Amino acid sequence: MSDIRKLSRRDFLKTGALLGGGLVLACHIPLGRQALAAEGDLFAPNAYLRVGSDGSVTVIVNKSEMGQGVYTSLPMLVAEELACDWKSVRVEASPVAPPYNHATFGPIMVTGGSTSVRTEWTRLSMAGAAAREMLVMAAAREWKVEPSACHAMNGVVTGPDGRKLTYGSLAARAARLPVPKEPRLNATRTHSILGRPLHRLDSPAKVAGTAVFGIDVHIPGMLTAVIARPPVFGAQLVSFDATKALALPGVVRVVAVDAGVAVVANGFWPASKGRDLLEVQWNEGRWSHLSSDTMRAEYARLSTTPGLTARKEGDPLDVLAKTPHRFEALYELPYLAHAPMEPLNCFVDPRPGHWIVRTGSQFQTVDRAAVAKVAGLPPEQVDFETTFLGGGFGRRGCPASDFVVEAAQVAKAVGRPVKTIRTREDDMRAGFYRPCWTNRLTATLDPKGNPHTWHHTIVGQSITAGTAFESAMVKNGIDNTSVEGAATIPYRIPHLLVDLHTTKNGVPVLWWRSVGHSNTAFAVECFMDELAHGAGKDPYRYRRALLAAHPRHRRVLEMAAKKAGWGTKLPPGTGRGIAVHESFGSFVAQVAEVSLDRNNTIKVHRVVCVIDCGRIVNPDTIAAQMESGIVFGLSAALYGEITLKNGRVQQGNFDTYPSVRMTAAPRIEVHIVRSDEPPGGVGEPGTPPIAPAVANALYAATGARVRSLPMLPEKIKAALAARKETA
Amino acid sequence: MITLYVNDARHDLDLAPDTPLLWVLRDHLRLTGTKFGCGEGLCGACTVHVDGQPRRSCITTLDEVRGRKITTIEAIPASHPVKEAWIADEVSQCGYCQPGQIMSAVALLATTPHPTDAQIDTAMEGNLCRCGTYGRIRRAIRTAAGEDRKRGKRS
Repeated sequence: MSDIRKLSRRDFLKTGALLGGGLVLACHIPLGRQALAAEGDLFAPNAYLRVGSDGSVTVIVNKSEMGQGVYTSLPMLVAEELACDWKSVRVEASPVAPPYNHATFGPIMVTGGSTSVRTEWTRLSMAGAAAREMLVMAAAREWKVEPSACHAMNGVVTGPDGRKLTYGSLAARAARLPVPKEPRLNATRTHSILGRPLHRLDSPAKVAGTAVFGIDVHIPGMLTAVIARPPVFGAQLVSFDATKALALPGVVRVVAVDAGVAVVANGFWPASKGRDLLEVQWNEGRWSHLSSDTMRAEYARLSTTPGLTARKEGDPLDVLAKTPHRFEALYELPYLAHAPMEPLNCFVDPRPGHWIVRTGSQFQTVDRAAVAKVAGLPPEQVDFETTFLGGGFGRRGCPASDFVVEAAQVAKAVGRPVKTIRTREDDMRAGFYRPCWTNRLTATLDPKGNPHTWHHTIVGQSITAGTAFESAMVKNGIDNTSVEGAATIPYRIPHLLVDLHTTKNGVPVLWWRSVGHSNTAFAVECFMDELAHGAGKDPYRYRRALLAAHPRHRRVLEMAAKKAGWGTKLPPGTGRGIAVHESFGSFVAQVAEVSLDRNNTIKVHRVVCVIDCGRIVNPDTIAAQMESGIVFGLSAALYGEITLKNGRVQQGNFDTYPSVRMTAAPRIEVHIVRSDEPPGGVGEPGTPPIAPAVANALYAATGARVRSLPMLPEKIKAALAARKETA
Repeated sequence: MITLYVNDARHDLDLAPDTPLLWVLRDHLRLTGTKFGCGEGLCGACTVHVDGQPRRSCITTLDEVRGRKITTIEAIPASHPVKEAWIADEVSQCGYCQPGQIMSAVALLATTPHPTDAQIDTAMEGNLCRCGTYGRIRRAIRTAAGEDRKRGKRS
């Protein structure tokens, strides 16, 4: 059994290339913290699974479980080909090592981009198939029959005469056999695992309260740190007085780190109280003037000037200049915090020559390298252990490794195991937001009322500029994450221009569930609605006619309209809105039914959601992710905004940054298109369509067109008044 | 020394009286099923029962619970209808808020065995879930109340 830590980069590339072709699993199970308790009995044909002598199947999962269900869907891929008993399957988080790198993103372990099932499908299916063939071979040799005469099902190999051997009893013998180079996948259409709504493997621990999240990590002698952070992004620490903090019982040390001043104590409460007693002077620096109001004005001004071209078809500017009757609208979206329920935290144990990190990360390789740099150790001497993530939404995959680096620096300063914990306010005010965006859309219609020209100018910060991802994501000055969903607009429009202004300021930005699509779907799908109404046409049929070349868009759109009863009568004051959007390889259409109450608050009664995500693993996971993406997007559509005044973030907790609660949660119906297309993502694609579907429904219900998120009552009131003026 | 009873065990604690019950449970009694989410009583992740009543432990001080009976998620048996329903109806996603949700639901059903939608809304409004599991929480509460038994059953 070779230790994967000894694999060279060349070996990795070889493995990676083979894996890319879906062929061979060259690496063996890593030694280390996975205690090989019954090593002689264990059958570990590759890095992704082990079979115990008791028949238990342990699947080693390289993706972080943050609610999206990878601790169930990825084992299902293995179990389907292994033909084991689902009840025997357990999950273990993988360490950071080459076999667990992302199958397509390069030599890093990462969970993101709604890619887990899509990119692990082949690799894990092959892993399961290889193990099954070896178990079958072991049985065939035992019985001295041909393996082709044996059959594996539910963790049992059955011979030609009906004799049976369990996987557990075969594990030791299978372990001595060569790993097949090209295991054959189950070519039949009948699956015993895939396509079934199997229960989540992580539910029992989560319901028991025993699931370990990063914030729950504890070892004897561990300290807890809370950090006093600058009031403005980029502010520099000038000085601090820790006299009072250090006098507080339980406070052990106060140390300066890049993130601020850390109060290190025996537990969270003394650390937090100690922080309140600190006196800290900051040099606020160049961003202390930043204000959302002036930023918005500047973005609106920029949107009237030419940006860098992301996509051009025909002669949009010439045609626009020659056409007197134009539609024009400005769509504005604020900064958003991810606000996962578990505030960011990280445990670091700085042992001599060997550090241990335990946290919920989506970006383990990057985070481990950042810790190694602080430690002055090679990355291989940092054990990085992934816990459950109390929500991710992109926040726990940060190229700057902010919440990990600060923990490493505190641990280094105190030389003892430390867990840093951010309060909700720390978490919400420390940046790495979804960028705020301004979109200017201009269009003209042809004599039939269809879009003839479409000009979409996007203004906002680049998420990847200045990070290790810039070279991959930014081409000719265009960050693909800024224009995704806009440059890829599916509607038939002869003259099209999508251009981009990339702004810069001191506010750290990051991918937020669905990334650029969370902006572009709102702008595109609302403006398309405006054009439909401008042409005097039904918004559903208008879209449908323009999607002739995009059958998957069209199919989910049609199915959503049908399931929602599009065109049927609704109670007075209630309206339906529709939106369709492709992201992360999946196609989603949603119909929202909304009304407005007396206080101009939107009530979303029902959402019908249709997804085509190609071949599926677990339909209930898909439904759950659609429900989740919708509620997450609805929180942003109705309430969510991070604003700045004098460089200071004005929100801090769930009172000022509200989220959908039980009473505001709509009834959601999810329908999944049967499809043989390649698998698409499900973690993010549910989010983009909900904001435009709700905004369009609000218009249908009231005639108020709200083009700025969140759709707060005062904006709706203003839109209602504007409607009266134009009427 | 402050005495309290947590999950039927007596604890005598030499801690600052203003220490929130949440951090007494998490940092000192190592009962980490009760979660920190906001520190302001805004999200419900820290919900426990104090003498059977749901309380936000992040804004409840140790001083306030002297001599009181505290129940945490760890003491709700796996066979409790609410916990069973939470699994049957596949509520959990990231799972971080779920102990608090379950504690609120257990308290609701203890006083209101067959809650209406409005009663569910009222009881659960203080518990945030950023994964958006509300529809399933509502369903699981109905399942636990003995309604919609069939819906909860899956392979």
